[in-house]
Formats: sequence, C-alpha cells, structure tokens
Amino acid sequence: MPSRAPFGLRTRLIAAFLLVAAICAVSTAALTYRQARSAVLTQSQDTAVSTLRDQLETVALTLPLDQRQLQRVVDEVGRRGKPHPWVVFGEYGTLRASSADLGSPVSDVLTDTLRSQVSTHPHGAFQRVTDDRGEPYLTIGMPAVFLHNGAREATGAVLYAVMPLSTEQQTVDAMVQAAKQGAVPGLAISVVPALLAARSVLRPVRDMRRAAQNLGRGRLDTRIEVRGADELAGLARTFNETAGALEESVAELREAEARARRFAADVSHELRTPLAGMLAVTEVLDEDAEQLDPDTAKALRLISAETGKLAVLVEDLMEISRFDARAAGLNLDDVDVAEAVGKTLQRRHWDDERVSTDLPEGVRARLDPRRFDVVLANLVGNALRHGAAPVRIGVRTAPAPEGERLVVEVADSGPGIAPEVLPHIFDRFFKADAARARSAGSGLGLAISLENVRLHGGTLSAANAAEGADGFGGAVFTLDMPLEAAP
Amino acid sequence: MPRVLLIEDDPSIREGVALGLRRRGHEVRAAGTGEEGLALTDAFDPELVLLDLMLPGINGVQVCRRIRETSLVPIIMLTARGDDFDIVVGLEAGADDYIVKPARTAIIEARVRAVLRRRPDTPGRHGVEHHGELAIDRAGLTVAKNGERLALAPSEIKLLLHLSAAPEQVFSRQQLLESVWEHSYHADARLVDACVRRLRHKIEDPAHGPRYIQTVRGFGYRFGPL
Repeated sequence: MPSRAPFGLRTRLIAAFLLVAAICAVSTAALTYRQARSAVLTQSQDTAVSTLRDQLETVALTLPLDQRQLQRVVDEVGRRGKPHPWVVFGEYGTLRASSADLGSPVSDVLTDTLRSQVSTHPHGAFQRVTDDRGEPYLTIGMPAVFLHNGAREATGAVLYAVMPLSTEQQTVDAMVQAAKQGAVPGLAISVVPALLAARSVLRPVRDMRRAAQNLGRGRLDTRIEVRGADELAGLARTFNETAGALEESVAELREAEARARRFAADVSHELRTPLAGMLAVTEVLDEDAEQLDPDTAKALRLISAETGKLAVLVEDLMEISRFDARAAGLNLDDVDVAEAVGKTLQRRHWDDERVSTDLPEGVRARLDPRRFDVVLANLVGNALRHGAAPVRIGVRTAPAPEGERLVVEVADSGPGIAPEVLPHIFDRFFKADAARARSAGSGLGLAISLENVRLHGGTLSAANAAEGADGFGGAVFTLDMPLEAAP
Repeated sequence: MPRVLLIEDDPSIREGVALGLRRRGHEVRAAGTGEEGLALTDAFDPELVLLDLMLPGINGVQVCRRIRETSLVPIIMLTARGDDFDIVVGLEAGADDYIVKPARTAIIEARVRAVLRRRPDTPGRHGVEHHGELAIDRAGLTVAKNGERLALAPSEIKLLLHLSAAPEQVFSRQQLLESVWEHSYHADARLVDACVRRLRHKIEDPAHGPRYIQTVRGFGYRFGPL
C-alpha cells in the first residue's frame, strides 16, 4: 500500500471548508465594522461640529478681542459640548485661552494640519487624533466669522474644541469583540459540517480503494455498494460494471484454458490404452520382420519405432497435463547427490568421456529421485543433442537464508543458444531450428524439466557461458533447488 | 515355463501383453474382469499375477486383497503413471511391484523375472539363522517367529533376507530398489516403504517400536541392532 500523503483528502477538505468559512466570517465582520464605525463616528463628528459652529455664532464678539473676552467666550462655549463634554481652546493673534484648567492654554493634540485647514475653511475643519497614551480625540477648529456683504469674513479668532471619543471607541471595540466572539464559535461549529461533508466524500472513496485493491488481488467478484445518485455513486456503478465485465471475460478465458487442458489430458488418456497394446507387441514385429520381404520389414520397423516415440510423447503429454492440473506430487527420498547423478548417466550409457562431472562427496539431498532423474537426463540429453560434447556437470551446495540450496550446472561445448531463442527455450514444443521439424525428443523435455524443478521449489535457467580461455562458450543450464524439498 | 495370470479389462492390452509374454515362453492365461481373475487364480494356480488396477466390477485393489487372503503368489500391478493413490493402496494391499503402462514386453518380462527370481543363497551361509525371535532359513526361504512360520509375500521375504544378511548395515531406499526389486536407482521409494510396513506388521511386536527393521532418518533402513 502506498504511504499516505501528509495532507490527506480529509485534511484538505476540512481545511478548505474552514478557510472558506473564515474568509466569509472575517469579510462580513470587516465590512460591518467599517460601516458601523463610520456611522458612529460621523454622527458624533457632525453633532460636535454643528454644535461648535452654532455656539460660536450665538456668542457676541467685540473686536478686537482681549484676553478676558477670549477667556469668556472659551468658557461659555466650553460648557456646552455635545454630544460629549469638550474642552475649548481659543486663539486670537498671540492670545491663548482654554476652558479647562489644564495648566497650558494650548492643547498638545491640535496639529498644524488642522490649523492650516481651519485657515482655509471658514466653515471649520475637524480631525481625529490620538494622544501619547493612545486615547482618541476629535479636534475641531472653527474660525469666528462675521457676515460682510453676504460673505463670511474671518475675525482672526479661532476656537478649537477637543472632545474625547472614548465612548465611540468603546462602542467600536465592543463591535470588534462581538465579531471575534461570533467568528470563533462559528468557525468551530463549521468543523462539524466540514467533517460530515468530508465523510460523505471519503467513505465512497475509501470503499472504492478497498474494492480496487481486492480486484487487484484477484477477487474479481468484488462489488461496491452504490449509495445515492451523485457523481460518486456514478463512479461506483461504473466500477461495478467494469469489475463485472472483467470477471466475465476472465472466467471465459479460464474456462477456455481449462477446456483446452482437459482436452489435451483426455486425448492423451484415450491414446494411452491403444498404445499400451501396440507397444506390447512391437517386439513381435521387430523379431519377425527379418523373415519378411524387405518392404514389409521396413514398414513394420517404422511402425514399431514410431509406436515407441508416440508412447513417449503421450507419456510426456500426460505428465504436462498433470502439472497443469496441479495433480503432480513429490515422492521424496533421501539420496546421495553424486550417486544419483552417476546412476542417471550410467543408466543412459553416458558415463564415458562425453560427460565429465564435478561431484562433491557426501552431499545428501531430499528430493523425488524419479523427477530428478528426468530433469538431469533431459538436460544432459539436450546438451548432447543440440550442443556438443564434452558436457560438464557441476554439483555444489549454496547457503541461503531459507535453507541450503542444491545447485546443478549442465554446460555443453556447443555454439550456445541464440539470444532470440533463449526466452523460449522452456516453451512446449519449441523448436530452436525451424528446419529440424522433429528431434529425438518429444519437444516437451525442457518444459517438463522446468515443471519438475518448480515442483521441488526450485528454478531452472538457461544461459550462454562467456567464452573463456578453455574455449567453453556453450549453453549452461542451472538448476537451483532446496537441498531439502518440502513435500 | 512360468504360469502367468493376466487380469486386464482392455482387450488390446490384454492380447498384446499376453502375446508378447507367450512368445517369450510364458504360459499365459488372461482374464477380463476381477471375478474371472479370482476364479482363475484357483483353477490355474499361477506362479505370478499381472493385475490391472482399473477394473470394472471389483477393482484391482480388492482383487489383490482377495488373492493375498489365501495366496502368496507374486503380484505385479499394471498402472498408469499419475494413479499415485491407487499405487499406494495396491502396495498396501500386498502387491509386490508395479509396472507403469504403456510398457514394452521386454520391460514387463524383466520385471516378471525379477519378481520370480529366488534370491541365490548367500555363500557361506547355510541352515537357519536366529535373530531374536526370528528364525530365518535362507535355503528354504522361510521365516518363523517363535517357531511359527510367517506368511511372507515374495518381496517381503526378499527384503528381509537382504537386510538381515548384513545386520546393522544401513541401506538407502534406492539401493534396496536396485538389489531387491531390480529396479533402476531412481525408482519409486514407496515400494520400499510399503513393503517395510507390511513386513513390520508381520514380524514386529505391535506393542513396541520397530526392532528388526529400523528406520535411519535421512538414510534408509537397517536390520537391528537387536
């Protein structure tokens, strides 16, 4: 199973869901805050500015002003701050007055910007500022004017009102607080629908992954439960249809293969009985042929010889059929490997200079002696027929984690196996040379050898030896199987 | 000339094998069914029975058992390779050897002769040998236990004679197949195992482990030590 990505689909889905929820909450809160804040502030500003203007207009001024009059005006206006109490500062030329006893007749929150604005705006100007301690203030500058020919003329006197905005600030703070307090639980609550949504997507995905895994393991009857009618349900339906089609065609293939194999087994079986009768009498033909005319004798010998080959072929086919049907079993016995190899050679009269052996003494193996003999005889016979003498047989043991291995190498001195032939060397009825339609063997020898070795839990491989100093460059068959085969 | 009874249901094999053996000088009687074969066993008194395992009616294994109830005549089964289960059951039922069909007459005859061959007496050994409770008469080919003569099939007595000729020497199954059954080295070791089981059943004391025919794990069998 592939390792999961650090951020799985579930995490990503929930994260995306939360992100969307957070963006919604934050932008809503931000817009509301902006609107509400400016509404609150504008209202306070407008009230304060108009109040100051009205107050200033109702105050009677006699120009030029002196300190006392400036102080009186400042005190009078200073008492009537709206919507909040304010502190009023008056400036006239070099005169300064303040409605509050602050020690200094000049406020430190009045900026030059405001002052310059006031000088150009006869209707007054205002500014929101914060002092050193971060307290917000509304500062309003209002020039005292008189009407002259319908125009407002500055008197030179300017009143500044400084009004703390802490109440407004509190209102705004409360709004921020409310937005925060609303957003966090909102986000937390939105995890629930996020989880539910993720689950509803992830469960079908998980089901599908499991089903696909089962399918891959060969359980072709795997199906997914189709829930609902959404895209995932559609996917599940498609999956089921695909799996069904796959199951059907695999079943058909298997059935066809089984039929073919059964047919081969049946044919061989049916051939065996008449062959057994024929084979029993071939010697009669051979013996009596001498007394007949040459043509008849030739014909009889041909029948006799071909009957023998046919019997071998049918036996080999039966053997292959048993492997295909998994009906082949091992009859294990403990043998001395050197002795077993020697007996195989001796039985076929190969124990001469054509075959050289390198057999370690005292190696005992647990194997099926008949099958081992079949494998070795096939390999050596093949080497003598298709390769060239001398054939070398090397036996050794090799340690392996799961138990000691028996390694047998059969190398010939022929030209080797053509590279394009090598992959097919163990195929049934494979003929390396198309011109040589029939060889002495059944064409199943190497295929049977391979199956026999596999039955022992081993491998059989073919290769070409590197052209060495000794001139060997022929084919090398390597048998590698457990020293102790499991039954 | 040895009298051979051939029990085989397939006419072509029956006729072919009978023809081949007759030409080699055997006196052959052939039967197509197990029942017929059992009747001929009594009437013909064969020296050897060639018995097909796959018979209609009572099958080869049952025929083998019925023959063994009354007779120690050598029995060779005719089987097809792959009928592994039947081979084992047939051997357990008392058959001495088996031949895989199809087989040339030369092979069948060689096997027949091997089974019929009485072991030449071991030179320098005459009279009755005593091994524990067993009394083995090599010349007379008889074995008695506690003075009572045992009914041993040909392969059983040959195996016992071979093993007891060299007490405590270990023989591999392949060696025994070669020397007792005259098979090739790579033959079926189950022949040996089945014969040892039958022999133990007759000579060993069932209350104890094998005393006479001992298994040497990873090697084979030996006689004794007692």
